[in-house]
Amino acid sequence: MSGLIFGFGLIVSGMTDPAKVQGFLDIFGSWDPSLGLVMAGAILTGIFPFTWAKSRRSALLGAPMQLPVSKTLDRNLIIGASLFGIGWGMAGFCPGPAVTNLVAQDTEVSLFVIAMLTGMLLQQLCIKNPLSSRGKSRRNT
Amino acid sequence: MNIDWQSFDPWNALVGGMLIGLTAALMIVFLGRIAGISGIIGRLLQSDIWGRPSEWSWRAVFILGMLTAPLVWKMVGTLPVIHVTSNSVIIVIAGLLVGFGTRLGSGCTSGHGVCGLSRLSFRSLVATITFLLTGMLTVYVMRHILRLT
Repeated sequence: MSGLIFGFGLIVSGMTDPAKVQGFLDIFGSWDPSLGLVMAGAILTGIFPFTWAKSRRSALLGAPMQLPVSKTLDRNLIIGASLFGIGWGMAGFCPGPAVTNLVAQDTEVSLFVIAMLTGMLLQQLCIKNPLSSRGKSRRNT
Repeated sequence: MNIDWQSFDPWNALVGGMLIGLTAALMIVFLGRIAGISGIIGRLLQSDIWGRPSEWSWRAVFILGMLTAPLVWKMVGTLPVIHVTSNSVIIVIAGLLVGFGTRLGSGCTSGHGVCGLSRLSFRSLVATITFLLTGMLTVYVMRHILRLT
């Protein structure tokens, strides 16, 4: 159900349309504030449930509460977010809208999704064989 | 900066956003999981997960839900027209960057932007600001300097 609602949310909000996303990111041109409102709506709705969740060890259906614990602002976070931002600005797609558009829209979406999955797989390969500079984390396994 | 009043649809944006927030709320309250799309997809790409139904089942079902949403929508209405603004080369490069970047940075607009900010995570705030800024810079360069989109 949640997946469906998420999909509907993206459709209703117009975020499945890359032109609207880029319209928000185009602050120097013709600015479409929609994305900001979408975020605001989402966060306002989410803030109470998440605050509740932070005090819990388990979810309502019994599974353990799995909130992320990392608090470090490391290089990966910044570089990753930057790369994501660039790709996002270039095509106006992030993972959610791309997947939502997959079935009903045309081939360019599929192209994006394939490239995105490839990028994800590449990233996984990279962490398995750390070519990272300055000898950061050594993998012992 | 001039506002694009023609495209701006505040009510749809707000309602849609609330639906997205609702999804995140349902997932965390009932399943204890973060509804971050890049993480959900990325985790499904890791081969070790497929032997563990408790790990892949909810993720696969979530994605299935997203994939079916437009089909269900079409049964009761018309889908909004989307405008792909870039050519295939740009799309491929963008896809690679989004895929790689979201996994490296541990999240995207739903993971960091919605879930992370809803739980007041400073790390997510930094990530969100970073991709918003780089996104804006990219659009500026592509649209107003290179005239590519």
